[in-house]
Amino acid sequence: MNQSTSNRQPPGADARRGFLAKLAAIACGGIATLTPLAAGLWAFLDPLGRRSAAARFVPVAELAAIPPDGVPRRFPVVTDRKDAWTGYAAEPVGAVWLRREPGSDVVQALSATCPHAGCSVEMAAGGTCFRCPCHNSEFTFGGSIVEPSPSPRSMDALDCRVGKDGAVAVQWQAFLAGIADKVAKR
Amino acid sequence: MKPGIPSRRGPVGRLADFLDDRTGWRGLVHEALFERVPGGARWRYVWGSTLVFAFMTQVITGLFLWASYAPSAQTAWESVYYIQHEMTGGWLLRGIHHFMAQAMVVLLALHLLQVVIDGAYKAPREVNFWLGLVLMMLVLGMALTGYLLPWDQKGYWATIVATNLAGIVPVVGPSLQQLIVGGSDYGHHTLTRFFALHAGFLPATLVLFLVVHLALFRRHGLHAKQPITRPDAMFWPDQVLKDAVAMLAVMAVVLGVILVPAVRTMLAGGEVDWGHVGAELGAPADPAESYAAARPEWYFLFLFQFLKVFEGWGATGEFLGAIVVPGLIMGVMFLMPIIGNWRLGHRFNVAFTLAILAGAGLLTGLALNEDYCSLWIDKATLAAAEKLHDETGGDEQKIAAALGNDPAKIAAMRKQLAKLEAWRNSHAFLAASRRAQVEAKRAVELAGRPERIPPTGGLDLVRRDPLLRGPKLFGLLDGKDCASCHAHVDPATPDAAAKFAAASAANLHGFGTAAWVRGLFDPMRVAGPEYFGNTAHKDGDMVTYVRDEMTDREKWKPDEIAAVTVALAAEAGLPDPSATAAQVERGRALIAAGDRCGACHEFGGNGTGLGTAPDLTGWAGRDWLVGIIADPTHERFYGDSNDRMPAFEKAMPRAQIEILADWLRGDWYRAADARGAAAE
Repeated sequence: MNQSTSNRQPPGADARRGFLAKLAAIACGGIATLTPLAAGLWAFLDPLGRRSAAARFVPVAELAAIPPDGVPRRFPVVTDRKDAWTGYAAEPVGAVWLRREPGSDVVQALSATCPHAGCSVEMAAGGTCFRCPCHNSEFTFGGSIVEPSPSPRSMDALDCRVGKDGAVAVQWQAFLAGIADKVAKR
Repeated sequence: MKPGIPSRRGPVGRLADFLDDRTGWRGLVHEALFERVPGGARWRYVWGSTLVFAFMTQVITGLFLWASYAPSAQTAWESVYYIQHEMTGGWLLRGIHHFMAQAMVVLLALHLLQVVIDGAYKAPREVNFWLGLVLMMLVLGMALTGYLLPWDQKGYWATIVATNLAGIVPVVGPSLQQLIVGGSDYGHHTLTRFFALHAGFLPATLVLFLVVHLALFRRHGLHAKQPITRPDAMFWPDQVLKDAVAMLAVMAVVLGVILVPAVRTMLAGGEVDWGHVGAELGAPADPAESYAAARPEWYFLFLFQFLKVFEGWGATGEFLGAIVVPGLIMGVMFLMPIIGNWRLGHRFNVAFTLAILAGAGLLTGLALNEDYCSLWIDKATLAAAEKLHDETGGDEQKIAAALGNDPAKIAAMRKQLAKLEAWRNSHAFLAASRRAQVEAKRAVELAGRPERIPPTGGLDLVRRDPLLRGPKLFGLLDGKDCASCHAHVDPATPDAAAKFAAASAANLHGFGTAAWVRGLFDPMRVAGPEYFGNTAHKDGDMVTYVRDEMTDREKWKPDEIAAVTVALAAEAGLPDPSATAAQVERGRALIAAGDRCGACHEFGGNGTGLGTAPDLTGWAGRDWLVGIIADPTHERFYGDSNDRMPAFEKAMPRAQIEILADWLRGDWYRAADARGAAAE
């Protein structure tokens, strides 16, 4: 600001001009700097608009492969998977425990993902129940919690279909971990 | 504010006091803002601040890009594709980063120019001037390394050139090159190293130098433009306001470059594909696919052109052009503070800087002219030169003889011939650029398939795409392979007849479609060059049959010929949209019949057997085409009567023959079809 001209201004004009200059400087600098920041945040928030793959039935086993004595058996879930830009064809994406009551053809399917913190549930050493190796959550073969347990809920049951040809398909989907309710991931 | 004295301010003021007691922030801010600007604020002082602003913009956008970028040969292009075309706002983020980098180079030149003209490099500011030159080289280094990171054709080939130039440095060159490239071949480690340089080493070094640069700037104070005629002002807010306005203007220009094409599309009523707004993304880098449109980014174009000055000098010339001369120029710039002490030193420095900038500008202009001159040279004025050149094959003596050994005419013709060569080079460059754009767009279309990009990467997708690969395998671009005999021209194009006449085998454009078959059954066309005219089958049984039997209205009714036509197209899997199922069935029966096509042709087990004529079962379908390309002498096809067509199974891998078959059948991914299917 040129003092020789501002000296001719009425008193107070100099302070007012100084204030306006400060305001304009902050506004211009602010807009200029916030533009790249806003563009960055816009792109950074992109994952919030993305959803996990829709639940779908995936063939996982033959009925004959599931022991008829009520002891569960673990099967990998092999299906197409999309990861951002990459599409994988027929890739193992997780596992399920399948079990049928003695003398029955009804199959029960449990996701092998622990509902506590997402580790993979295994058969306990004695072979009488499930046990998660991360935090020792224990579940019955039916999937119910064996108290005391860090897991807030039972193992996640998955819809299961047995075709006429004996092909067992489960509706593969993931659920939010660590909460008492079984809520599908978005 | 003295410690221990109770404050009478509100909570914010008290918090500020609390922090000031422990950090002294008020002093720091005061020191930062209340700098005296001798002679008042001026627009000519803004360049340094705009550069800091541009760098901050690059840091911010670069960090966010980093959050989505994956440096490896199978993921770099793919992740940049994802940022640009699929992430919300990714095009804007990448666009700002891309164009602010270019703005930074312009601002660097302006800052340097202002410093030299104002003599701001003189004592006591010599060290800060040297720091500035180091900063300039760091910025150019980031520009060079950033260009490769998308791993597209453009960046890949430009980097090959740049790193090969590093390799010609005597003694250490080859080792230097290997260190930069991360091995002897370009791949994962080229990307990880360039990325580490671009986003780590170089900016970290730059920040160190920038801190010292700014600290020395504050120590010496602003170098005021002499003579000082106006009263002093304060840095805050007077100069800060000018700086802030300049920053905003820089950002506005960058946003303008990104958005103006999109806005124009919108104003014209078109729909904007935001993925194609902002920075370009070429086709994935392909070491096997030469790239005639390879050019460095525009601000390095002068160096690219400068190397041409040394053409014909071999490696020595490149060493001179790429290393010695630029090194000498940088050397003179480093010596400017010392040169400036001499009586005419400052004038020399200003003149030298202006000359370098003018030279760079001139070289850039020359480079652009070489690439684009075919747009403004009128080819008609070169007709005589072209005729002479093609007649003589460019032979100097023959040209001289043709011009009657008249020196004046020869000199004039030499000029014309040089112009013709320039036109041809430019024409080839522009054609390569257009092809690159088509390939880039197609690569993006393929990457957007619902199945996504295979784990082998986008390049694999491009290489297996019939639409991109088919014409190359066919030889359409260079007239080799299939195209050395077969035409592939839409009969509706104006010069189709000439192209058919030049070919020695049938036109394969639309092969298998009802339109193609209609031409085959046309007695006027079957023996023409479009079908069998230039082959040994010209007087063969098929031509005779079409001419004698199929023109007999008693024997072949028009609707029967139409039925056979659509049945053959259906066999090819390229059904005629107007054909009915009944018509196709009728045609199939006619093809099989022993007194019709079945007299010579095997068709779906009609008992004719192989060997007399090509099998019409699955005619022109994928398997049939793959089979005939692999071995036309097989009894399923032409057997002993095959005329000159080689068995390509000996020359081409099966996978390529399949791509060729798919291309001939027009069987490739179309985004519009996928969208239609998704809508249903």
